Amino acid sequence: MNETVAEDKSSPAVLEVGAVSKSYGTLKALDRVNMNLHKGEFVALLGPNGAGKTTLFQLLTGLFVPDDGTIQILGHDIRRSPVRALGGIGVVFQQPTLDLDLSVRANLVYHCRLHGIPRTEAKQRITEELERLNLVERAADPARSLSGGNRRKVEVARALLHNPGLLLMDEATVGLDPGSRASLVDYVVSLCEQRKISVLWSTHLVDEAERAHRVFMLHKGNLIADGTPATLTAKAERNNLAEAFLSMTGVTPGPSDNDQILTVKGSN
Amino acid sequence: MNFNHAAQAMLAVGSREVVKFVRQKGRLFSSLVRPALWLIVFAVGFQNVFGVAVIPPYETYIEYQVYIAPGLLGMVLLFNGMQSSLAMVYDREMGLMRLLLTAPLPRWFLLLCKLGAGTLLSTLQGYAFLILCAVFKVDIPWTGWIYALPAIIVSGMMLGALGLLLSVHIKQLENFAGTMNFVIFPMFFISSALYPLWKLQEAGAEVVFQLARFNPFTHAVELIRHSLYGKLNGISLAVVCVSFVIFFALAAHGYNPQRGILKRSPQPA
Repeated sequence: MNETVAEDKSSPAVLEVGAVSKSYGTLKALDRVNMNLHKGEFVALLGPNGAGKTTLFQLLTGLFVPDDGTIQILGHDIRRSPVRALGGIGVVFQQPTLDLDLSVRANLVYHCRLHGIPRTEAKQRITEELERLNLVERAADPARSLSGGNRRKVEVARALLHNPGLLLMDEATVGLDPGSRASLVDYVVSLCEQRKISVLWSTHLVDEAERAHRVFMLHKGNLIADGTPATLTAKAERNNLAEAFLSMTGVTPGPSDNDQILTVKGSN
Repeated sequence: MNFNHAAQAMLAVGSREVVKFVRQKGRLFSSLVRPALWLIVFAVGFQNVFGVAVIPPYETYIEYQVYIAPGLLGMVLLFNGMQSSLAMVYDREMGLMRLLLTAPLPRWFLLLCKLGAGTLLSTLQGYAFLILCAVFKVDIPWTGWIYALPAIIVSGMMLGALGLLLSVHIKQLENFAGTMNFVIFPMFFISSALYPLWKLQEAGAEVVFQLARFNPFTHAVELIRHSLYGKLNGISLAVVCVSFVIFFALAAHGYNPQRGILKRSPQPA
């Protein structure tokens, strides 16, 4: 795991996951998973459905706790100081979580209040984030009137309002058309470059993972590979990341626009 | 947790709940139809069947309508408490709960925010019911409107905490109707809401009488009933407060991440 290309290796890790395990009854959802993220890194967590991606995200967001292992976010242990750890992350959930009847602005204000951002600062932050997305003129519109892609972008904007060091995005492109998908990935890549935010991006789509600085491959609860898309491809002696992924997991990639492209051979 | 942040979060959750309530125009109406039917139809019909002797806090013979008004006010609080927990289950299924629970505040406090918001709605609906009572000329002293406020709030918190506790154990919305039948109706009927407890004892229904005596809802009703006449029922206050603490502690425990309540939502692992 030494071939990783971190953007800034001298700074302390933004996220450190140490030997985390989680079981549901007899099913081992995560088995001694280790990972770390540095400042400004865009890291993809690649795995088929059921690999344990969502479980990992639920642990990272403190929605429940691991059976074993430690999680540190910006140096705060999620179990010992959950409030501080949560203050350092922004989350975009797989499920849409905008209140569609409220305006875009009201949704964002709600978030600011939950995070204790003072009113004037909140107003300014909201305008900044919406400007970046070219959505300022839609601020007063109900969230329902936005397209799926723009709703997702508003959720990203919301996750960034409290200036987190780490942005967690769980299968954020599910249900988006190819154009919106590409534009969302572009936007997140630019966040890493311009604002030095670290992003953990979970996906089952190989073409999204190819954009990342580093890829973690998760399969049946195990972290089976970690490296840049190029090193992973080279290591598997394949032509591209999709083939490398296939050779390591036995999972078949399909057309990348389709949400259901990856199915585990023999298990479905 | 600093005070400003906590207050802001409480306000955010509260105002969101109120906005949602105002948006659902039918909700206030339906929350009033139920007790209104009891008050206007049931109570009038049974006027002469139930003779209510003079018992505290009453100083004279009273109309049956006057007797059941506090019980119906309790019913309004009970229904809204349960409806808030229904909303919790819905939020959990929709993922909105995740958004709330990842806010950088202690989880018990976030649950308290939810509970406070639900109680605010309970209180508003409670007063809407008191207005209804006034419209139908049910004789309740106007000073009672003021004295009853703390009683309504404490009772609303207690019943809301019960709803919160139930929401831990209700896995899906579909299971909710059944739970209502096993919680709302027994709590309401096995209480002093419709008849004084001595009536049960007199009728020889000793088991029901004992159950009703220990039913926290009985004490919520009695607390409100006494407060409407400017009197404090110390035992009822104690029972309501202790019940609140127990229900809320159990609910907070249920939402503990160790137990992984959210994994029950329909999500691939």
